[in-house]
Amino acid sequence: MTETTLLSLVSIITAGFAVTIGGIAPAISEGKAVVAALDAIARQPEAAATTTRTLFVGMAMVESTAIYALVIALVLLFANPLLPS
Amino acid sequence: MGPRFVIDLFGFEIPDTVPVSLALTLITLVLAWVASRRLRVADPRAWQVALETGVSWIHETLERILGEDPRPYAPLVGGLMLWIALCNLLSVMPMLRPPTADLSTTVALALVVLFAVPAFGIRRHGLLGYLRTYIRPHPLLLPFNLIGEATRTLALAVRLFGNSMSSQMIGAVLLIVAGLIVPIPLMMLGLLTGFVQAYIFGILAAIYIAAAVQVDQKRVAEREPASSPTPTP
Repeated sequence: MTETTLLSLVSIITAGFAVTIGGIAPAISEGKAVVAALDAIARQPEAAATTTRTLFVGMAMVESTAIYALVIALVLLFANPLLPS
Repeated sequence: MGPRFVIDLFGFEIPDTVPVSLALTLITLVLAWVASRRLRVADPRAWQVALETGVSWIHETLERILGEDPRPYAPLVGGLMLWIALCNLLSVMPMLRPPTADLSTTVALALVVLFAVPAFGIRRHGLLGYLRTYIRPHPLLLPFNLIGEATRTLALAVRLFGNSMSSQMIGAVLLIVAGLIVPIPLMMLGLLTGFVQAYIFGILAAIYIAAAVQVDQKRVAEREPASSPTPTP
């Protein structure tokens, strides 16, 4: 196994791990955010519009953590600085 | 992923991001110029009502965040929101790639915010007054404030880039594995994500500006509820 093959193998496996582990925490936190928002809407249906808007913004902020992991994985796969192109 | 076409101009390789974003800017400018001609107070037409709704929505949103007159900040934040939303709308156009799916574009937009925040802060508090916000609450926290400034710019750029690019890429991958109909719901989700990201970019820019502009007001606002009686809900 040449060095390039080893590097690309490690990169591919690491990219998979990056997305997997980086996806767990945002998924759990988004679930928590939705639970809290549904709870708030059930208690105060008249504030549903404000709650939904805040929920969307918050979820997109939480989701960006997963997006960072995805960007790292894509850099490893498609624009790896260590591999000769 | 990569550019759809590359223009070779005087030995420089210019990717599709530059002409597409310039054309989009031009279209937005012409639309805004045409829409703001012949505004009238009595008997407004349909497009004027739509325009006023959009502008007053931006003003209201900014006023809720800033807690003061939003007019100096509305052009910047509203322009950012409108431009990014139009960019992300391009993801459903064939043969085109939204300019926000290129890291250079989002870094440029984040740099606009990075330089606009001190500009607004200096205009309000003066140079020394603004620089003093970096050693607040303690001079020991100066490096952390500087690092925070840099990382939030980076996060702003990478968040927008990652969202636009990933929704495109999901569409492309699903087109390969699942055919014609399956990518459509995900493209709709991508449109929603694009609009939410445009909103978030503007909101975050407004929050950063608010943090730079109203350093002293915050302490006044914190003191106020203690002296005034709590309002009954």
